[in-house]
Amino acid sequence: MTVVLNQSFTGISIGAVLLLIALGLTLTFGQMGVINMAHGEFMMAGAYTAYLLQQAIGDAGFSLLVALPTAFLVAGAMGALLEWLLIRRLYTRPLDTLLVTWGVSLMLQQLARDIFGAPNVQTRAPEWLTGNIGFAGTTLATNRLFILGLALLCVLGLTVVMRSTPLGRRIRAVVQNRDLAKVSGIATGRVDRTTFFIGSGLAGLAGVALTLVGPIGPTMGTNYIVDAFLVVVVGGIAQLKGAVITAFALGVLQSVLEYSTTVSVAKVVVLVAIVAFLQWRPQGLYTLRTRSLA
Amino acid sequence: MTTTAAPPETAPAAPPGKDRSARLRVPAAFLAGAVLLLGVAPLALSDFRLSLLAKYLCFAIVAVGVSLAWGRGGLLVLGQGVFFGLGGYAMAMHLKLADAAAAGETLPDFMLLYGSGDTLPWWWQPFADPVFALAATVLLPMAVAALLGFLVFRRRVKGAYFAILSQALAAALAIWLIGQQATTGGTNGLTDIQGFFGYDLRDPVNQRTVYVVIAVALLLTMALARMLFVSRYGELLVAVRDSEERVRFLGYNPADVKLVAYVVAAGMAGLAGALFVPAVGIISPALIGIVPSIGFVIGAAVGGRASLVGAVLGAVAVAWAQSTLSESFPAAWTYAQGLLFVLAVGFLPGGLASLGAVLRRRRTATTATPVPTTPVPATAVPTTPVPATPVPATANPKGETA
Repeated sequence: MTVVLNQSFTGISIGAVLLLIALGLTLTFGQMGVINMAHGEFMMAGAYTAYLLQQAIGDAGFSLLVALPTAFLVAGAMGALLEWLLIRRLYTRPLDTLLVTWGVSLMLQQLARDIFGAPNVQTRAPEWLTGNIGFAGTTLATNRLFILGLALLCVLGLTVVMRSTPLGRRIRAVVQNRDLAKVSGIATGRVDRTTFFIGSGLAGLAGVALTLVGPIGPTMGTNYIVDAFLVVVVGGIAQLKGAVITAFALGVLQSVLEYSTTVSVAKVVVLVAIVAFLQWRPQGLYTLRTRSLA
Repeated sequence: MTTTAAPPETAPAAPPGKDRSARLRVPAAFLAGAVLLLGVAPLALSDFRLSLLAKYLCFAIVAVGVSLAWGRGGLLVLGQGVFFGLGGYAMAMHLKLADAAAAGETLPDFMLLYGSGDTLPWWWQPFADPVFALAATVLLPMAVAALLGFLVFRRRVKGAYFAILSQALAAALAIWLIGQQATTGGTNGLTDIQGFFGYDLRDPVNQRTVYVVIAVALLLTMALARMLFVSRYGELLVAVRDSEERVRFLGYNPADVKLVAYVVAAGMAGLAGALFVPAVGIISPALIGIVPSIGFVIGAAVGGRASLVGAVLGAVAVAWAQSTLSESFPAAWTYAQGLLFVLAVGFLPGGLASLGAVLRRRRTATTATPVPTTPVPATAVPTTPVPATPVPATANPKGETA
């Protein structure tokens, strides 16, 4: 029983990290159709932001709290810049965005290597995140609970923004029918950039969260990016709940499989499960119904 | 995703057989390439350079498949490393077993080293048979591609979803290979391969033979791809890329069309992987994960994804640039590679092969547009006073003159 609880909690905390990364992707990939391979590098930028702030501030707890909004802004600004420089030219060629942003991600990784060095760096966790909490015979690490809370908070925030703000309405309008939104007087270009800013900013938040559980290095983005895309693919586009359910489901599946087999076998089995799932629901868990044939 | 994948900007393939010179141009170019690869290169290059070229030509074989699946079929195949790896591992497993047998052992050296028991794993055993191993280098990748393609295309999973799934497959295979250190050599892969069907690979003369085999294989795959391009199937493939729904309404199943391109491309990648092993003497997960899988695409993107020769030359050029640049400036190469992606895909989607056409278009655009009276759009005028032949007499869909 303890084992089951332990593995589920590990799975949920893997899921929370996946969810944080995938949340940004549901905006940029799910809503806009842009396959941003540099998303992982925006996450890395967030993580390095947290690292730099801790170097500057010293107090681990305070620097973490400062790092969250700062990383959001830093990664978001990078995303908006990328959108303005490259991606807005490629909206009619979504597959090519993958390759272009992959090129960008290569350059960003090398940039990180040149600035911070190839070896990983580490941040100190604040004291209030180093303990454990006993729960039903098992122990829950507080840093993982923090990530879980952060992920849920982000989901909540994003839901509120998308459901009940003018910005969210504009984003949804552009996604559902770009041309109609445009003739209705919505500045689609600005909406695109804002969406990209938020999506990339969420990657920055994910990066800060990752500093609590692992080292910070130039390749940290690549380790997560494919998994995060799979979450969006399985979850279906344009629906946050799809990403939420999928992230936790994949996280738990992964951790249970890792316990019963090995990490590498678990990866393969998860992929097989995803392909099998797509036989059942090719468009993912939740889809936005349209009349388009494609 | 509500937007459909727009086709890459490519000039349509010239209708076959416009006139005699055009019809001869392709075989002539092919012959020139064959002479260059088989006659000139072995004479002009040192042993070392020739073995490097052999390696690049292996990447070029992958690029032929990429040009077919991606350039013509619009399938962004990001998992070619999987098929390259399957072909490479199939070949390397056989060669390792042959090496072991020559040394009087029953197990490959790395298995003895890791002490993983004294029996060969069951899935290694068939690869002791050379015929099985050689067939597996091509058929195994094709089978995997057929399975994945069937599952994915049948359910109309396409575009980005397909790209990401094929990429995830590459990641999964690489991670699995690394995890099974005792039976796959783990991160190191299968290294130090010495014999090639009884020949010693360390002998430069035999390396030259391997080069010739690879060059011939490249020419054959190019010929095969060319035949597919100009066939009815090739037209159907482009049609699926450009408007899948219309093809479906016409009564074809786009899933089958895409499946063929994907499977053939996988077979080509498998062949390339198999030939890569004797040329370089190693196959490892580092050659087949996400990064190298995307790398297989970049050569084709730079050279011109839809142009066969462009893709091949692009693959060779990028591989050459990588090995020369990354030796002296590893950091600079990474920036250059990233920049290549951004510039080639973002701003010259047809690749360098389309550079001429783009420049020509720009020149005619600047010179011709201010003068609207110039008789440029002669073809656009439907009522030509002298129709050479009555239309119903030559109901030729391609507009060929007999």
